[in-house]
Amino acid sequence: MSVLELKSVSVIYPPATKTGEDVHALENITLNITGNDFVVALGASGCGKTTLLNVMAGFIQPSGGEVLLDSKPIKGPGADRGVVFQQHALLPWLNVIDNTSFGLMLQKMKTDERTKVASKYLKLVGLEEFQKHYPYQLSGGMRQRVGLARALTSDPAILLMDEPLGALDALTREIMQELVLDIWRETGKMVFFITHSVDEAIFMATRLIVMSPRPGRIIKSYNLDFYQRFFKTRDARRVKSQQEFIDVRQEVLNIIHGDEIRIDQG
Amino acid sequence: MSVTNSIKEVSIKNLSKIFGRGAVKPGESYGAPGIGSSTAISVFTSITLIFLWWFITNMGWIEPLFLPTPEAVLKKFADVSSEEFAGSTLWGHTKASLFRVFGSFFLACVTAIPVGIAMGVNRIFRGIFDPPIEFYRPIPPLGYLPLTIIWLGIDDVQKITLIYLAVFAPMALSARAGVRSVTIEQIQMAYSLGASRGQVIWHVIVKGAMPEIITGMRIGIGFGWTTLVAAEMVAAEAGIGHMVLSAAEFLVTDVVIMGIFVIGAIAYMFDLFMRFIERKVVPWKGKM
Ligand SMILES: Nc1ncnc2c1ncn2[C@@H]1O[C@H](COP(=O)(O)OP(=O)(O)O)[C@@H](O)[C@H]1O
Ligand SMILES: [Mg+2]
Repeated sequence: MSVLELKSVSVIYPPATKTGEDVHALENITLNITGNDFVVALGASGCGKTTLLNVMAGFIQPSGGEVLLDSKPIKGPGADRGVVFQQHALLPWLNVIDNTSFGLMLQKMKTDERTKVASKYLKLVGLEEFQKHYPYQLSGGMRQRVGLARALTSDPAILLMDEPLGALDALTREIMQELVLDIWRETGKMVFFITHSVDEAIFMATRLIVMSPRPGRIIKSYNLDFYQRFFKTRDARRVKSQQEFIDVRQEVLNIIHGDEIRIDQG
Repeated sequence: MSVTNSIKEVSIKNLSKIFGRGAVKPGESYGAPGIGSSTAISVFTSITLIFLWWFITNMGWIEPLFLPTPEAVLKKFADVSSEEFAGSTLWGHTKASLFRVFGSFFLACVTAIPVGIAMGVNRIFRGIFDPPIEFYRPIPPLGYLPLTIIWLGIDDVQKITLIYLAVFAPMALSARAGVRSVTIEQIQMAYSLGASRGQVIWHVIVKGAMPEIITGMRIGIGFGWTTLVAAEMVAAEAGIGHMVLSAAEFLVTDVVIMGIFVIGAIAYMFDLFMRFIERKVVPWKGKM
């Protein structure tokens, strides 16, 4: 079983202007992701969610603290952490199957072998019929599914998703929430998922961390199980309209909102 | 009064047709600049121009010395195809010029594209190549033609070098711009799938820069044709530019015009070929 550990991680960006101050994008973040955690980071934009994910992905070196995957420090990006971007980041010159198997191609896997692996994951995201299509022939939701399948092919320990559903319309988004949950259950991967939709966060998370900006910190953490109710009933809308769900949403909104008021006064 | 008014109305109506003020038919997008096919109009313009040329010259309104008839030019095309003019037949001239232009173009492809990519991905290469390229790029080839003669003499090496220099800069700069068109997410995606730096450059950056690289090749070959005549100005034994210049010296205007048409036709055909290649290599261009 894999463990991703963040120990007192902080990230300080240099000032944007010469006279400006350093930007404390993250301060003292401690977080453990393990087993089949589905950790959702929620917060207004600018509170350091992407920075946190970039640290885990190995794109940014933390200014302080440690990031460990299975007790080994993360030194850079690697295939043991799959990243799903907000803007799908597909390669427009490759068709769906080649985009999906891109990572396997980089690892020099033989063509027929990697096609087999990629087909398996395309099937998982419901795109087995679109192997020969090019990205420009796909809808936004389909592109995001290819991005997800591609991240899965290298069998990473954890999936890092930065607002993967942020660019989708509301209906597609609901379908994709269910799809991501199903895939998470099927593959048993750890997931770190960023969103600024409160509903999405509460619905999907096993653990929800609420973040606040300047400096970016975790101000509250919840263990949730609404996803389980969805797995039982397969009725996402009903789960989201249960009183308990609404109560949690109210509380989370109060925290985020209260935090804003505090900042305004301070 | 009413006449000027109605004229006004008519012209405004026509204008609004051209500039698309009214609602468009389903399937067209309102306000899109320049929608619709222009092929028919282009064919019409071309035929009109040739007709005007034919008409004016055949009416004898212009001295053949200034502008010969289309028939005379066509006849010269046939004549020079079999008989030598200025030391060679038309095919001989064409062969010499094609060798120079495509030789330079080929050399530029295998050097300028890698240099442009290297400038895009590496600050050291950018630092090295930026000043010389930016410095000589705006200088017209005629400006450094004498220098190439002093340094390299007057054989094909000098001519190919001159054309090569003209082709190099736009091709290198296009490739460099192409690197910038690759998104940071695409690069990070490749690294997060375990790509090495070399793999990122080849599989993401070079391929992502392909549309600009091909555009650069089209611009570059265009510069090549423009520079050809300059290159063949001094001491050429054959070449279309040489043929045109010798003809001009003896005021054989029909050969001058014929030569211009040959250059134009070859350049146009090659551009059509490049556009075909573009559709094959980057069918996704402009769609994402
Ligand atoms: N490359 C950077 N240089 C300087 N400041 C940055 C950079 N990236 C992000 N920031 C700043 O860090 C803070 C957190 O940004 P980010 O992690 O992108 O937040 P989020 O993803 O939650 O919207 C913001 O205030 C942002 O302006
Ligand atoms: Mg972000």
